[in-house]
Amino acid sequence: MSNECKVDGGRRRLIVATAAVGGVGAIAALVPFVSSMLPSERARAAGAPVEVDIGSLEAGQMITVEWRGRPVWIINRTTHMLESLPKLDSEMADPKSERNMQPEYCRNETRSIKPEIMVVVGICTHLGCSPSAKFKSGTEEGMDGGWLGGFLCPCHGSTFDFAGRVFKSKPAPDNLEVPKHMYLSDKRILIGEDKKGA
Amino acid sequence: MASNTNFEKYKSDGSLQGNLLEWFDARFPATSMWRGHLSEYYAPKNFNFWYFFGSLAMLVLVIQIVTGIFLVMHYKPDASLNENGIPVAFASVEYIMRDVNWGWLIRYMHSTGASAFFVVVYLHMFRGMLYGSYRQPRELIWVFGTLIFLCLMAEAFMGYLLPWGQMSFWGAQVIVNLFSAIPLIGEPLSLWIRGDFVVGDATLNRFFSFHVIAVPLVLLGLIAAHILALHEVGSNNPDGVEIKKRKDVHGNPLDGIPFHPYYTVKDIVGVVVFLMVFSIIVFFAPEGGGYFLEYNNFLPADPLKTPAHIAPVWYFTPYYSLLRAMVWPLFGIDAKFWGVVLMGAGVVILAFLPWLDRSPVKSIRYRGPIFKTLLTLFVISFVLLGFLGTKPPSYAFFGVIPGAPVAQFLTAYYFLFFLTMPWWSKIDKYKPEPDRVTM
Amino acid sequence: MKKLLAALLFAPALALAAGAAIHLDKAPNVQGDNAALQSGARTFVNYCLNCHGASFARYSRLTELGLTEQQVRDNLMFTAEKIGETMRVAARPEEQKRWFGAAPPDLTLIARARSSADGSGADWLYTYLRSFYVDEKRPTGWNNVVFENVGMPHVLGQLQGVQVLNKDHKLELLAPGSLSAADYDKLIGDLVGFMVWLAEPHAGFRKNLGFGVLAFLVVFFGFAYALKKAYWKDVK
Repeated sequence: MSNECKVDGGRRRLIVATAAVGGVGAIAALVPFVSSMLPSERARAAGAPVEVDIGSLEAGQMITVEWRGRPVWIINRTTHMLESLPKLDSEMADPKSERNMQPEYCRNETRSIKPEIMVVVGICTHLGCSPSAKFKSGTEEGMDGGWLGGFLCPCHGSTFDFAGRVFKSKPAPDNLEVPKHMYLSDKRILIGEDKKGA
Repeated sequence: MASNTNFEKYKSDGSLQGNLLEWFDARFPATSMWRGHLSEYYAPKNFNFWYFFGSLAMLVLVIQIVTGIFLVMHYKPDASLNENGIPVAFASVEYIMRDVNWGWLIRYMHSTGASAFFVVVYLHMFRGMLYGSYRQPRELIWVFGTLIFLCLMAEAFMGYLLPWGQMSFWGAQVIVNLFSAIPLIGEPLSLWIRGDFVVGDATLNRFFSFHVIAVPLVLLGLIAAHILALHEVGSNNPDGVEIKKRKDVHGNPLDGIPFHPYYTVKDIVGVVVFLMVFSIIVFFAPEGGGYFLEYNNFLPADPLKTPAHIAPVWYFTPYYSLLRAMVWPLFGIDAKFWGVVLMGAGVVILAFLPWLDRSPVKSIRYRGPIFKTLLTLFVISFVLLGFLGTKPPSYAFFGVIPGAPVAQFLTAYYFLFFLTMPWWSKIDKYKPEPDRVTM
Repeated sequence: MKKLLAALLFAPALALAAGAAIHLDKAPNVQGDNAALQSGARTFVNYCLNCHGASFARYSRLTELGLTEQQVRDNLMFTAEKIGETMRVAARPEEQKRWFGAAPPDLTLIARARSSADGSGADWLYTYLRSFYVDEKRPTGWNNVVFENVGMPHVLGQLQGVQVLNKDHKLELLAPGSLSAADYDKLIGDLVGFMVWLAEPHAGFRKNLGFGVLAFLVVFFGFAYALKKAYWKDVK
């Protein structure tokens, strides 16, 4: 036989066709491997919406629940706390919550469905630390004199108000995230799912 | 061939692509490797069905490595009990089977792949025996091959512990205890292998380490050596004729064809047929009738309760039969030790095949009736030994012919086949090899 | 030589002993029959799950048997709170070990584990759950033909009735239970069907996918073979 192996038209067509069919198979075979790295049934079950009873949450108190491995704060804000919010508008990076850090139904002055009940993911938008509560105003909790109460991230010093809005010129770029949530009844909140679904 | 100065470096045609390739080829033996191992590696043109199994073994290796990588992402080598009283390792396999997206498919591919590996490797080795592929000048390829086989056995054995089921546990317990049969150092040796007084968490962790990294590394190195040695001397063929003896004006073997494209396109067909068989098992019979996934391994390991009947996975059973065949103490050392020796010797003796065979011809096509008869009997006895290895020692054929003495007889045959080969292979009749290969 | 002779002599006896396997009744195949599997699931959570866990299985998976999440929550979930939880026993394994001597085995995979040369795991379970008989010598008062000296009492005894072993070592129904023999067999058939499903919930999907994969490979074979032919016409 000759040493030259000619790739004629028939062969070329067959190479293309076989490669195409094989390529489809290879891509299909990739699907199981790629999707095996997505959250498993267990992770999804652990990340399922969390039901919280806020019946015993008194004004001025905060509880933390875990949702998808992250702390979610539920704060029953006092009128005093709520009154502090408009005063701080000028010091905020995103006072009107224009950036997409909350569901549409929480894009308002208090960043919540009911004005007093705040639901927010307690993870700093800078590098993922969990800010600590500094509810008392003034210097009592080591803050400066003009402090009206809110949260301080211990890692890089970002500060947030009672609506989770971030102060200007701080490392954190965005307001704290408000997760999807809805009221199952007056005193029961489902976190992680709203009327539109999970 | 792998030494690559004989191929000219790539010359650019001036295009951007060409320039890049030239730059690359000047710094890396891309062209020479491509030519040396594929497009100008001349393979005999008369390869038949048996020559698919080498490339299929490579395919299974890739399947095992890829599925293995993804299994390690979810598996946990931990023998402690979880809150439900189930060993964490066992539960993590079931987590893969149920909770991980497509985990069941990846796991079944890996468990079926283990059996498939041995199927193709056994057939690949048998091909070597049929056509004398181990004969001069291919002795080293064969020796590397037997080492690969040994590595594969270690890999499979340690991998089998990982699901931490009843068979995993008791299989490992029995095999590790074999080492304790070695006089003097036996007991401390098996203790050292286990890292505990029974097979336990320490054993599981070290087997995991060996299974996912140490043995695969050695395996890959040996496979590279196997293929480099093959491409150095060139492939044998069903006629056992050296194609390099007859060359055309260009210095290429007259009976050779470039591996690429001829054997690449042919091997694709073999791959597809293999994948069909593989898929039938993975999708319709992943348990392989209890041979690929043993039923008792669906029970978590229980160090206090041995299953009624322990048998190794099917691919070990011929050697397991050799082990059990030895029931007589010798030289004041108990039979257990000699059983281990026999089992080890059963694998090691394969490596000596190139020097045991004294026939003037390589291929079965030109060998005489003695070889044909004895090889047939060898295959039959290997299969029977494998079959008996899956049965308890009390097994009897049709309820009347006792299995144990049959296994002993077959064991004797297994070794005599090799040990007397220098004699019978020499006196056997043969036909002269042709000059050129036949299609 | 003596050994060989002895082996030859004793072989038939041994073979007979090995051959005396228990006859297993064939379990009905109810895979794909959602009504049967749902009824099996009900029996399973009401009777089995009190002592045995199925700790690898999640309640949410039961929706694959044609139930809504709400139906699962209302009818099948007694101990768990969230639909994504696994089917655990309320008792802790250590406590159970104290009560029963041994913790009752997890049942998720039992239908696969009980397979043997004698029959499928389903056949074993189907026969086992219908083979309890009264035995005063046992602490629970029950024994079983398939599983001698079993630790578990006949939990479904009220439904099946009381069986005894007669002189021919055959099971005999002494006092009927609340179900007729046929209804009891149906109940067990459904239960075993559910346990088979539970052991490998994706088995149905696996087989369906298998046909697709094979169909693809047949097509691919056609192209690969044509390609091989096109090249190998050179080789003479």
